[in-house]
Amino acid sequence: MEDSGKINKMMIILSKATLENVYACFVLANGARMEGIEAEIFFTFFGLEAIHNKKLDHLHIATVGNPAMHMPTLLGGLPGMEALATSMMKKEMERIDMPDVREFLEILTASGVKLWACKLAMDMFHYKEEDMFEDLDGVLTVGDFYKQGSGVGTHMLFI
Amino acid sequence: MDKLIAGKTISVTEEGFMTEFSQWDKSIADAMAAENDVTLTPRHWEVIDYIQNEYKNDVPLSIRKIGKSGVVDIKEFYQLFPVAPLKTATKIAGIPKPVSCI
Repeated sequence: MEDSGKINKMMIILSKATLENVYACFVLANGARMEGIEAEIFFTFFGLEAIHNKKLDHLHIATVGNPAMHMPTLLGGLPGMEALATSMMKKEMERIDMPDVREFLEILTASGVKLWACKLAMDMFHYKEEDMFEDLDGVLTVGDFYKQGSGVGTHMLFI
Repeated sequence: MDKLIAGKTISVTEEGFMTEFSQWDKSIADAMAAENDVTLTPRHWEVIDYIQNEYKNDVPLSIRKIGKSGVVDIKEFYQLFPVAPLKTATKIAGIPKPVSCI
């Protein structure tokens, strides 16, 4: 295939599981499919929590170390503050028709997005494939993931 | 801009979305579908009827809403319109391009 500058495939690496990063990743992957672009997500390090069955329904947004929250670090660190900010954000998301994490994963797989877990991070956290979201496409090494991304018009994105 | 399709002149945007729904008819839909490598089956028509109704009722369309429509699930929607399903289906249905990101 000739390189026309067109984006044919998005390979997105998700390394964090704060809600704002997970949603950014999912919206980009889903948006690619909506435009007829292939999309695959590689979940690594804390990003694995977004596909871990016991954790993915309980992700939070970060209130500490996030200057855009406009909240003093000490205040953001108070018990319950992350939960409060998260519940406020979830209400806003429902208002703009944003699905929760589990429903979003179901939308992604139904749309043909491939979901891969990073082997190294799985080993590090002692996670097993059966602990993860059921429609996971597999556990890959970095090398495997690069192979998945071969072809003209592939773009890689690290979140 | 004007576009000649199925023996009729219709007005469309630069991306090919119709701007006057009153100009739409089924022969235009068939021709639009062919341009997008889709052959319309009765299942396609059920989806097109649904999205035209949503448009007439001023409901914004999104992939999530299509999935909850009870007419088609997201997987089948991508099978019926494999490339950019929401855009392709709305184009064939003669309604404006959806602005949703989800």
